Amino acid sequence: MVFGCARDIVEHCGVARFVFCDFPLGNPCGKPFDAAMQRDIVGLGLDLLATATAPGTTVVAPYAWHEDTWKEKCFTKERPFLDEAATATWLERKQAYRDVKASGPA
Amino acid sequence: MSHVRYIDKTREYYKQEGYDAPYRWAHFDDVPFTPLARPLAECRVGLITTSEMAIHGEPVPVADDDPLRDPYWLPSTTPVAKLYSRKTAYDRFATTLDDVDSYLPLTRLGELAAEGRIAGLAPRFQMAFSQYSQRKTLKVDAPRIEGWLREDRVDVAVLTAV
Repeated sequence: MVFGCARDIVEHCGVARFVFCDFPLGNPCGKPFDAAMQRDIVGLGLDLLATATAPGTTVVAPYAWHEDTWKEKCFTKERPFLDEAATATWLERKQAYRDVKASGPA
Repeated sequence: MSHVRYIDKTREYYKQEGYDAPYRWAHFDDVPFTPLARPLAECRVGLITTSEMAIHGEPVPVADDDPLRDPYWLPSTTPVAKLYSRKTAYDRFATTLDDVDSYLPLTRLGELAAEGRIAGLAPRFQMAFSQYSQRKTLKVDAPRIEGWLREDRVDVAVLTAV
């Protein structure tokens, strides 16, 4: 079973069981330092292991983030997903992986 | 407000950044499904995450310049206070990865095991990187992780996608 915050991506992929937490990318098991919420959400996932009867079963965690503006702002020029250093690392690794693949089985 | 459409949003975002070819997200028409074979209270739980965990004060498990980014594991008994995430791909404007249990619920699963809701956690948990190659994820990384889970006699697997 999968805990995730990107509902469209997980459902597009297709997984057996999915607990969707409608939070910013990073906290699929509940808000930071909110142990009670985390226990509830993890418990939902465990329940789903037993109760799901077919693949592609999604359960929505019954919690909202304390504000909604992140939904509009994520992946915008105002809030680039990766900072410059992380973007550079990402591009370097991507090229390095292509080089490895080109030189033999990876 | 309804959930974020990341597939649409990232397509637009990276187009504006100058990347022409839209990313082809993984998709499977047939999704495997196995009903739970025994009561949850008798199940050992395996935990897999994309959160790139490491241990404070120890060498990083996978070097930054390692292009293969193979999966790896750490002991589940590692104190959570010693763990941290090296992941840079998350919404750093809206939240943090400062609380490990918000994406790798070792403490929460430990509590649920102590209560008897599950039999226990596997002795180690696994890290899978967000890869550039869906082929490698499917053909190399996933079978390796499955092998570790089978060695640990895991009954159910939980993956946290960060």
